[in-house]
Amino acid sequence: MMTDLALLTIDRARSAVEERKTTAVALAEAHYTRIEKEDGQIGAFLTLSKERALEQASRIDRIAEQGNPLPPLGGVPVGIKDVMSTRGVRTTAGSKILDKYVPLYDSTAVARMEAAGAVILGKMNCDEFAMGSSNENSGYRPVRNPRDLSRVPGGSSGGSAAAVAADMAVVTLGSDTGGSIRQPASFCGVVGLMATYGRVSRYGLIAFASSLDHIGPLAKTVKDAAIVLGTIAGRDPMDSTSADLPVPDYVAEIGKSVRGLKLGVPKEYFGDGLDGEVRHAVESAIDKLKELGCELVPVSLPHTPYAIPTYYLIATAEASSNLARYDGVRYSHRARGVKTLSEMYRRSRDEGFGAEVKRRIMLGTYALSAGYYDAYYLKAQKVRALLARDFDKAFEKVDAIVTPTSPTAAFRLGEKSNDPLAMYLADIYTVTADLAGIPGISVPCGETNQKLPIGLQILGKHFEEATMLRLAHAYEQSRIQSARV
Amino acid sequence: MKVTEQDVAYVAELANLDLTHEERAGMLRDLNSILDYIDRLNELDTSDVAPMAQVSDRYGVDEAKQGSERFAYAVREDVLEGLRKSLPHQEALRNAPDADEHFFRVPKVIER
Repeated sequence: MMTDLALLTIDRARSAVEERKTTAVALAEAHYTRIEKEDGQIGAFLTLSKERALEQASRIDRIAEQGNPLPPLGGVPVGIKDVMSTRGVRTTAGSKILDKYVPLYDSTAVARMEAAGAVILGKMNCDEFAMGSSNENSGYRPVRNPRDLSRVPGGSSGGSAAAVAADMAVVTLGSDTGGSIRQPASFCGVVGLMATYGRVSRYGLIAFASSLDHIGPLAKTVKDAAIVLGTIAGRDPMDSTSADLPVPDYVAEIGKSVRGLKLGVPKEYFGDGLDGEVRHAVESAIDKLKELGCELVPVSLPHTPYAIPTYYLIATAEASSNLARYDGVRYSHRARGVKTLSEMYRRSRDEGFGAEVKRRIMLGTYALSAGYYDAYYLKAQKVRALLARDFDKAFEKVDAIVTPTSPTAAFRLGEKSNDPLAMYLADIYTVTADLAGIPGISVPCGETNQKLPIGLQILGKHFEEATMLRLAHAYEQSRIQSARV
Repeated sequence: MKVTEQDVAYVAELANLDLTHEERAGMLRDLNSILDYIDRLNELDTSDVAPMAQVSDRYGVDEAKQGSERFAYAVREDVLEGLRKSLPHQEALRNAPDADEHFFRVPKVIER
């Protein structure tokens, strides 16, 4: 049974270990064998944490041997995007500037996953400092899409998405600042979930844009995403922006009927630039939700065309400030043979950062500099308020909003890498949720003629992930059933 | 053109980046193209809109209070080693590119 890793979900993996049909150690080793065989061509992992994984797996096996029930993720092999700190395990954020960095503590999300029994196989490749939509900005190597190796897996959590798609991990954690969980999930044909800002602690997440950064799961099923969210969500005193609100039992919630729920369909997400095949698949998925008893309501989010420029000002401004810490003194790369402190800062950063990171630091520094702050940064914060208000108004009428996750399916490596603006536009349907702080999920909803996955995005109200998960689960189940007929 | 070569040099200095000649030329081109696109924000009249600095402005805030009191939900006790213990000296220096047993070592800062 255990040789078919493709069939493994959290519950199946956990039950198999608990019922002693296999061991957590054997499961971890089966995944490492798969990684050894497949990952040479995909490039999803940057670092393997075998020692830590096998130690945790043995601990889980001892619980099973004693006949005790396992914790919710007991023995489940997982991957962690390399922007989350892992004690004793190298954490690069995909950047050469952190090539040798070994964190002294665990991020809260990682600690909670491990406390729930997860076995951390290793750290997932990503765009440098999570800045990118194709994973081509990794300081180490690009990730290739397991569904078509000539194409990108999306980004920035490209390694996290590819590993789940290629059965090299049961679930992974990614991070989403402008779509970095949902867009790669869509490109690789897996589920990607970003909860409400504040639902999951950011403690230990290497900061890109603090007011936009989120941690969330990539998984094979909506239920697995719900289990992981339940594990990592909830107040953490180490992150003052983490919300002090009760965390619902998401797994119990997803079974509830979706009949009577009102779904907003925003016309701005179905206009120019949306690929025909993607449009068709997403509209069919929305029809399916209607068949399941949902009511479709046309809504308007009129400020959508302003989301990308708003995002690229706010995200780069925050990034320019967050990335100032990489000075070559305490933990990052230091250039050799420098004579003065100023030269050390500049040369270390020049050598350590890649082209896109430098571009964003420059744009962000410019937008914050004297004389431009009001015209750019402050202006963007005001438009951000307008974008959030669009959603508030729409959510007065509907329970959730349905859209495509990305305007196209996965593009080819190199296709957009010389045009930063074209790359930025790949995030056009995802950045809005980050700016407004609302939750979003991408669920597979079909394929193009070339067998490339397409994603349906469902957006929810603040802290109402449960409704969004219910819809995603109902759609996923109906799709599985129609595939069987 | 919004951004000039002088602007690129000035901003690079603020950002503690040197940048090669080629990088500066690329930056000039890219920043201008991105800023041209960003200009569309000026189509919107935002004179009556309050800026949104963060999402947590939108929940948990006590609107009846003023200033930092509004964010009381995020307040914690200010105690030494309250949430986690400080790192032992040796451990804190472990990732340093250059250190002695007590301090991070950097090139000389002050000229005699």
